[in-house]
Amino acid sequence: MNVIEFQNVSKTFHRSGGQRLLRHYLEDFFGAKDPNPFYALKDVSFTIRDGESVAVVGSNGAGKSTLLSLVTHLAPPSEGTVKVNGRLAALLELGAGFHPDLTGRENVFLNASLLGFTRRQANDLFGTIVDFSELQEFIDEPLRTYSNGMILRLAFGVALSLDPQILIIDEVLAVGDLAFQAKCMDKIFEIRNQGKTILCVSHATAILKNLCSRAIWLDHGQLIMDGPVDEVLSAYSPRATQAAAE
Amino acid sequence: MWNGDYLFLLQNLVVKDFKIRYRNMSLGVFWSLLNPLIMMGVMTFVFVKVMPNSNIDNFPLFVMCGLVPFNFFSIAWQNGTISVANNAGLIKRIPVPREIVPIATVLSTCIHLGIQILLLLTMAAVFGPGVNRYWLWLPVVWALDILFVCGLVLATSALDVYLRDMRYIVESACTVLFWLVPIFYTLAIVPAEYVSVYQFNPIAALILALRRILIDAASPDTGLLMKFAFSSTVAFAAGLTIYSKLKSRFFDYL
Repeated sequence: MNVIEFQNVSKTFHRSGGQRLLRHYLEDFFGAKDPNPFYALKDVSFTIRDGESVAVVGSNGAGKSTLLSLVTHLAPPSEGTVKVNGRLAALLELGAGFHPDLTGRENVFLNASLLGFTRRQANDLFGTIVDFSELQEFIDEPLRTYSNGMILRLAFGVALSLDPQILIIDEVLAVGDLAFQAKCMDKIFEIRNQGKTILCVSHATAILKNLCSRAIWLDHGQLIMDGPVDEVLSAYSPRATQAAAE
Repeated sequence: MWNGDYLFLLQNLVVKDFKIRYRNMSLGVFWSLLNPLIMMGVMTFVFVKVMPNSNIDNFPLFVMCGLVPFNFFSIAWQNGTISVANNAGLIKRIPVPREIVPIATVLSTCIHLGIQILLLLTMAAVFGPGVNRYWLWLPVVWALDILFVCGLVLATSALDVYLRDMRYIVESACTVLFWLVPIFYTLAIVPAEYVSVYQFNPIAALILALRRILIDAASPDTGLLMKFAFSSTVAFAAGLTIYSKLKSRFFDYL
């Protein structure tokens, strides 16, 4: 079964020069063609089957995050169609929706409800989440007193306790200290081994080689290569190192 | 797509807004009482002592019936309008149903409103004709008002994403409306040709209905209620339509 299907998908943005005036909106609204749009993704097609774990690689600005926003239906495609089947958990930005003035406990419930937990699930999983993030002592303190690492732990705890069919991860694999990172990776591998689909953006190629079986390489919005993770990474890495050297 | 628990999410968002507003205030929810009480005092001084107005008995209660609904309306409308743009992080990063953001903002203002309604009801019970069976109309007229504000906020919050000028338009509209709804005057002194405009305006309609219930101890005029219900339903349907048309491109503009 295909869980994610992209058919000739393009996503364009306006080059606004920083200013948007009423005229621009009216032109948009009445469907005037932008003569010189910016293509964040251009004519990308691929399908991901149930249970696959896929890495998305590419340099900064290649369109990786745009691709994830399309998969999560946060943004509509400008052309083409995007189809997704199954319950999806997205770790696009850890702690999105957290509020500094609320306590850890209040933020866990708020975040859980945003990610689609029911009240019962949130109550049942609260203990697990707190245990996972190792923040028992501080759970009733406001979030603004937490360190960055503590906030990330809490966010990861909530997101990973959701039981998704599709897990989407954007550059958030490097979380906290080494021990906590290892714990998170164990959890992600556990989710993968349960036969869930994983779509993952990262620059940590060592992790990607272990976690994923397939990779998609994007460059300037175009799909350059789609295949087994080792082949794609060995084609991509020299290019990336070369570009860095230049 | 998102198949979570709407009620649980709505409750969390409403409670969040409310807690954030009051958590760091030492007077807490008393701010909700202070503002209308001060306004009532000032207006009573101006219209009873400075510009005596013998037509209206019990001016403090009369003016409170106007201030409480108007306060709710202007706070809910202004906070609601900026709610989508202010929650850009949430809208761009978490695939929640997007209607929930402005509606949660309006409902959290309702908690604040609840405190003011209690104040109004206490005043009506003590200084007015007292508790009577017509008070059963109160939930109906308030529900119509909240429906209207939700519709209005859905429309303006979506437009605010595209045109950030919207928040200033709303702010100015609130200032103008303060004079155009009968807060400190009666409908009787409004020229006959404008009366029906007032009745189609849900905020004015709510004030008129509240005065019938709390001061005259009678049920609100049926014609007024029909117009009130009509305007509120139309506003909500229009707001929802505008919002669902505009929401797909929020990502590109936030």
